Amino acid sequence: MTAATGRRLHPATIGGFVSLVVVTALALLPIAIIVFTAFKPVANSVLFAGGVTLFALVFDSLAAYALARIDFRGRRVLLVAIIATLMIPFQATLVPVYQLVSNLGWVNTFAGLIAPRAADAFGIFFLRQFFLAIPRELDSAARIDGAGEFRIYRSIVLPNAIPALMTLGVFIFVNNWNDLLWPLVFTTEQSMGTLTSGLTLLTGPGGIIPYGVMMAGSLVAVVPLVIGFLFVQRRFIESIATTGLK
Amino acid sequence: MTITAPRRRPYRAPAPLGGRARAPHRRRPGLKASVFLFPAIVILGAFVVWPMISALRLSFTDASGFGAVHWVGLENYVRVLSDPKIRESVVNTVIYTATFTPTAVLAALVLALLVNNPRMPFASFFRTALFVPFMVSLAVGAFAWSYLIDPQVGLLNYWLGAVGIHLGNVLEDPTLALPAVAMVAVWKSFGFYFVIFLAGLQDIPRSLYEAATVDGANWWNRFRFITVPMLSNTFAFVLVFAVIAALQAFDQIYVMTGGGPYGHTQTIVMEIYESGFRRLELGFASALSYVLLIATLLLSLIQFAFFSRRERDLS
Repeated sequence: MTAATGRRLHPATIGGFVSLVVVTALALLPIAIIVFTAFKPVANSVLFAGGVTLFALVFDSLAAYALARIDFRGRRVLLVAIIATLMIPFQATLVPVYQLVSNLGWVNTFAGLIAPRAADAFGIFFLRQFFLAIPRELDSAARIDGAGEFRIYRSIVLPNAIPALMTLGVFIFVNNWNDLLWPLVFTTEQSMGTLTSGLTLLTGPGGIIPYGVMMAGSLVAVVPLVIGFLFVQRRFIESIATTGLK
Repeated sequence: MTITAPRRRPYRAPAPLGGRARAPHRRRPGLKASVFLFPAIVILGAFVVWPMISALRLSFTDASGFGAVHWVGLENYVRVLSDPKIRESVVNTVIYTATFTPTAVLAALVLALLVNNPRMPFASFFRTALFVPFMVSLAVGAFAWSYLIDPQVGLLNYWLGAVGIHLGNVLEDPTLALPAVAMVAVWKSFGFYFVIFLAGLQDIPRSLYEAATVDGANWWNRFRFITVPMLSNTFAFVLVFAVIAALQAFDQIYVMTGGGPYGHTQTIVMEIYESGFRRLELGFASALSYVLLIATLLLSLIQFAFFSRRERDLS
């Protein structure tokens, strides 16, 4: 009690303090490791799914704008070609895609995980369908005022397509977050693994599934998506309410 | 295709006073479009089209991942068409598609119409709740369903047993296994189609319905003459995607049955996976992929031809 209230710390107190710090640090180290190890796959999932979503929304909407709004030759042929790529089962191209990513030195990198999916036929077709429904009179009005294509894309088509962009963004994010084969193929190091690919490690080769542990892990994989969707859902309704009112 | 061929120009509004007389973007639509298309084309070209060409080359070889690769001509394709195991997987895929597609699309459409009703209580809750299964990975969902229909501990089996329906071991039953894995895919996918239908329904201007109501149109007439034609684009979109998804069935089958019992849930993509990634018969797997690709392409072209004709008839 006197040592605690006194101005100078007794050397024994300092020694005790240091040993307390060391012991506490050691005691918490395993907890810290649990937290970091647990968040690593979550962070990987967020960066992978989030990166794909961001790039795909930009590149898909640009392409969809050209296909919906610019009258260029071969537009129909290009649209059919893009839709045709959608019909390619990705298991069929997985080996050549892996070879390509490997040649670029992108295995076990986010570039390798994200780049092959930074644009997709599904998103282009989906956004094109929505862009077609946006009245062309709006473009003509902007064009008369001297707006260029990019200006029309950014200031007229995109703001009018916010519900579609959000819908597509949710779809792309969820698909990649849940994807199994893709991260399993393109990440060989466990430190790069995503939450979903990590879960499969629980299923042993013997085929015996620990249902309880599996469901606990699945819950961790599902909860962020549900919370995220609830957030988007609210904005979804708002944007529909504002764009729906004439 | 010749440069001198006369081109139909889009209507050009007269330039405003003091404005630029000729904006360059209106004179070079191809150039403008290519700037917008460039990133997507590069990605799709490098990671979809080029690998597909590589796969086509592989399909005429005996490539196995190891050793020398030999040109074998059409041998892989002959095997695809003659192997009774492959034929069975084709039949299974057709049955699966015929089960999955109408069930998922109709369920999604009916639910979207119900939730879109402005007087429906808790509509936003239903919209969120019905979409939730789509956010769960099909593999994880398949584990949950295996657990639910487990003959010993399955809750669903227990409840159905209480009302006198005894399913037994569904995933070991040769007649029930395929519809069961199709229904797991319906459970996973209908929320996706549901949200697309809902977005399509919300794109229909409310003023159309108001005008029709003023003119005395009843519920059925508003549905038949406003909703159906305005939704046909969305419907085409959903149908194409449902069929394509069905033809590529894999995840839940891999998790739940592994293609069994006795190959009764073996689909084309399961066959591609097993030959390509298990037995490393890359050449044969590529040939099988091409057969699937061509079948999918033909189906989609038929659908698109049908729907674009209908769109023209309507306008």
